[in-house]
Amino acid sequence: MFRYLVRRTLWAIVLFLVIMFVTFVIFFMAPNNPARAVCGGDQARPECLVLATEKLGLDKPIYIQYSRFIGRLLPVSRPVSFQGGVHLRQPHFKTPSLGTAFATSEELNQTIIKAAPVTASLVIGGAVLWMLIGLTVGIFSALKPRSLLDRGAMVFVLIGVSAHPVWIGLILSYFFGVKWDITPIANYSYFFGAPADSGLPGGPWQWFYHMILPWCTFALLFSALYVRMIRANVMETLNEDFVRTARAKGAPERRVLISHVLRNALLPVVTMLGMDIGVALGGAIFTEGIFQLPGLGRTAILAINNQDLATVQAVVVFATVAILIFNLVVDLLYAWIDPRIRLT
Amino acid sequence: MALLEVTDLRTSFHTEDGVVTAVDGVSFSIEKGQTLGIVGESGCGKSVTCLTIMGLNPKRNTVSSGTAMWKGKNLIGAKPKELREIRGDEMSMIFQDPMTSLNPVHSIGKQLIEAVQLHRDVTTRVARARALELLKAVGIPRAENRIDDYPHQFSGGMRQRVMIAMALVNDPDLLIADEPTTALDVTTQAQILNLMKRLQQEFGSAILMITHDLGVIAETADDVLVMYAAKVVEKANVDDLFSRPQHPYTWGLMGSLPRLDADVERLTQIPGQPPSLLRPPSGCRFHPRCPYVMDVCKSKVPELEPAQHDPKHEQACFLDPQTKDREAAKLLAATMAEAG
Repeated sequence: MFRYLVRRTLWAIVLFLVIMFVTFVIFFMAPNNPARAVCGGDQARPECLVLATEKLGLDKPIYIQYSRFIGRLLPVSRPVSFQGGVHLRQPHFKTPSLGTAFATSEELNQTIIKAAPVTASLVIGGAVLWMLIGLTVGIFSALKPRSLLDRGAMVFVLIGVSAHPVWIGLILSYFFGVKWDITPIANYSYFFGAPADSGLPGGPWQWFYHMILPWCTFALLFSALYVRMIRANVMETLNEDFVRTARAKGAPERRVLISHVLRNALLPVVTMLGMDIGVALGGAIFTEGIFQLPGLGRTAILAINNQDLATVQAVVVFATVAILIFNLVVDLLYAWIDPRIRLT
Repeated sequence: MALLEVTDLRTSFHTEDGVVTAVDGVSFSIEKGQTLGIVGESGCGKSVTCLTIMGLNPKRNTVSSGTAMWKGKNLIGAKPKELREIRGDEMSMIFQDPMTSLNPVHSIGKQLIEAVQLHRDVTTRVARARALELLKAVGIPRAENRIDDYPHQFSGGMRQRVMIAMALVNDPDLLIADEPTTALDVTTQAQILNLMKRLQQEFGSAILMITHDLGVIAETADDVLVMYAAKVVEKANVDDLFSRPQHPYTWGLMGSLPRLDADVERLTQIPGQPPSLLRPPSGCRFHPRCPYVMDVCKSKVPELEPAQHDPKHEQACFLDPQTKDREAAKLLAATMAEAG
């Protein structure tokens, strides 16, 4: 178990470094100049360009930029200089930093800390919603295949997997927000009160009220996928021999379903859920875009438009760490709920 | 009064291709503490007979008729709740494949305790003690250490022992064993059969033993039912069946038993395939494969009738008794000769 954790963590670090490097390379291959964007695009004065290029470190080779970036992320600083065999400054602990944004010189740690809770509330709330729909509809249509509910659910699944979230979001926003005026059309409201300068409403109720449509939009695709998967898994497990054994023991149907069928049928669902949440935490770009939620997805889009590598990199760091952590959690959880799996 | 009295049992499945009658007019009875064997090829309806008695067929597409009298109650068409109270308590079942018949995510102790607590209002501590007692009775070594292990930590034979323990945990009057040794290797088979015989004496349960293996029948059964294509073709006491088999299908089964002492290139087999129950053959269902076929076999359905030598020995065949006795004697002589 301990060895497994150590090995997984080491592997995660390697993966992390590779992903970071690939993001760097992609950004450098793109034909653009971040310094120009900082200095105001086409009207940029040459002096400004020189200054910005130097300040952003764009004149250095790519591996220097990369190692500087990694150095900022490490929780330990390296010895600064080396004269006559003596370290002038000893290594010491520091807070890992994502650096500053190219365009606004904002501290990126702050950018992420502000955007992550928005994405998290979208993803976690969405996941609760899609699991509620997926479990109830999936289980009932598995118990009564070819029933009206089952056929209706299949239509829903088809719509859910076919329709694009942008379209769904716009349609929901138009009918519920504009036409019937039931929900807000867009925008976010902070759970613990809005920052003073944002001019947005705050508090749990406002947060919930503003998140209803984004949750529905975000959950639709996933609930369709999960309905289909849960239905198939439950139907398959219902045919297992041990389910017949449970019935032969005299167990009532309810008990057979909960204790024998679901426990087995939902094992693969746990894996899917963990990975999907991990991936979605990196930013639900479409949903955040439509409802103007200041989450990670929108932050990344804006940063790409501004050719702001530092901000994009910060979002990628966060997303990568989220996915790696969730995968690890899923593996540990899986070993706990399925006795056949041993982590070695 | 017999413990279980089954009369004219019929079970049909409605499938996309049509109606399949998997059990067609089967009657038998089991006495307290006795063993009845049902033998026949795969798909002849022997498993479905048991599942029908237990009420375990899928409800959606199954129709059953006839009666199965159990302690004065008809189990066919009984309410699900009534059947549930009988299942696993008065009547329990073990299945063919022990590898898949136990739930992989619960420890065997938990599954045994569940079986107890579904029918007895006892604390988990008491149920656990009972479970442990049964695991020891079926010969699980170091049972107190293994009770919290999961099914995948046991071998096939050990899992079948666990299944037997689970079936016997509530001291049932009838144990239905659906090919309990088919999925096991030969040495384990013998152990399991011996175990079942010993436990039958200890617990006094009747056993309904389903198998396609005449060896298992000879080893365990008191009475035997031979089934072919959803129907009973012969019904007899086990000694009488082996000494004077009366139906050509039974001869075929006995003739195809492999022998260690006979030096043969090929095993003898019954020619042809078992018929599709979707469209069973006319008349006697065995006639397309029967070497003794007569014209009457193709048009008329033979009923179960007492054999000439013993009215308790019933058979469904139009052949005259002399031919039957001659063929049976020939088969027996061949067996004796081979045995040396």
